[in-house]
Amino acid sequence: MNWLNTIFVLGTAFLAVFSETAFSGVRHLLGAQIDLLPPLMVYASLCTGLTTVGLLAMFGGLWFDSLSANPLGISVLPLFLVGLALHARRELILRDQPFAQMVIGFVASAATPVLTILLLFTTGHIPLLGWGTLWQLIVMSAGGAVATPVVFVLFGWLHRTLVHGRATQSSFRADREIRRGRS
Amino acid sequence: MLNRSRYIVLGLVVVATLIILNLPSQTTVRLKLGIGSLFVPLFGWAGSVQHVSGQAADSLIPRQELLRANELLRQDNDQMRFRAMQAAETDRENARLRELFHWEHQTPWKLKLASVVLREPANWWHTVQIDLGSRDGLRVNLPVMTTEGLVGRISSVSLTRAQVVLLGDPNCHASALVENETRDTGVIGSSGPLDSALVEMGYLSRNANLKPGQSVVTSGLGGIFPKGIPIGKVVDSQTADYGLSTVARVKLAANPNALEKVWVLFP
Repeated sequence: MNWLNTIFVLGTAFLAVFSETAFSGVRHLLGAQIDLLPPLMVYASLCTGLTTVGLLAMFGGLWFDSLSANPLGISVLPLFLVGLALHARRELILRDQPFAQMVIGFVASAATPVLTILLLFTTGHIPLLGWGTLWQLIVMSAGGAVATPVVFVLFGWLHRTLVHGRATQSSFRADREIRRGRS
Repeated sequence: MLNRSRYIVLGLVVVATLIILNLPSQTTVRLKLGIGSLFVPLFGWAGSVQHVSGQAADSLIPRQELLRANELLRQDNDQMRFRAMQAAETDRENARLRELFHWEHQTPWKLKLASVVLREPANWWHTVQIDLGSRDGLRVNLPVMTTEGLVGRISSVSLTRAQVVLLGDPNCHASALVENETRDTGVIGSSGPLDSALVEMGYLSRNANLKPGQSVVTSGLGGIFPKGIPIGKVVDSQTADYGLSTVARVKLAANPNALEKVWVLFP
């Protein structure tokens, strides 16, 4: 069951990265492209194991960087740090509540690009920044906040459709059956 | 808060990231292009979706409008043919004069048409990917343009794709010339994060005679972009560096947000 969930998460990450590069309607409309990897990371850290979190950070980050002008591997660590922080506190988070999912998606979608930009500066790269970057961060965070509950709904549906539910043991016992009428 | 397994996974991810970030640049480029080629099947799918939607939109245009557009294009084509004939005569005259004065011969540009297949997913770079690669003869630093003007240069090349770093990106600078009386030269630098069609032109002389609307073209200095490719028009200018130089804002002729087809220039 776990590996199937991991495959779902990685497949969705692959499609998410591709859609960010192929479809730029949101960028034309709002001036910033929404990153779907942080919402996926929120789902992975709250509902799957640490291995899935690590794999999502590694593969998602590498896929993203391979289609971007980012240095290869720069997006891996920010994604993983966000996932690890959430995974460490997952018992304290009301992960079934859409509002909680939105708030966590907002924070994760803001933290990931900020950490990536800091890492870019640390490695000697100078990205394109200005006052407009603040607006882009707001758009990315708001987009991530909206996308996170959608990700939870999508994976919940996938889980219900493709994974067998756990078989529950019946409490029926033949020797305790009440027989009515004459024997 | 962090148990042993979390420390182990954190350590593994950090080590893997550090190894990847410190790989030699050639290896990184190959690895990047290799990973990026996983998306190749999806490029075709996205292309066919766009093609089908384009065809659907075309089928909605009334026949009368198509005929009118066709007539206008025919007139434009005739005008262009006359201009081409005139230009060919000027070229021949230019070549004769160059031969008389023993000047170096100018070679005509070779161009290849490419489609933009992907756009930059990160908001802090301005790049696109095109559907031509090293098998089409592309190499790093070739200029890329549209009929409106300069777009950028090739920054990395794989077998079937190439990445174009656009004007306005921090990694794409072009030496430029303002078409005014004093022929002021400067360097086209970065744009803002939101309006990528408005770039900064720096290193202009403090006495530069700039007026809004003046054309800016490539100066040919720097060795990447040939001279005379249109870049855009001056919007405004102001003094910088405590009055030692002038900085102008230039509206790019080719809108980087609306790129679909571009020409790769083989100088």
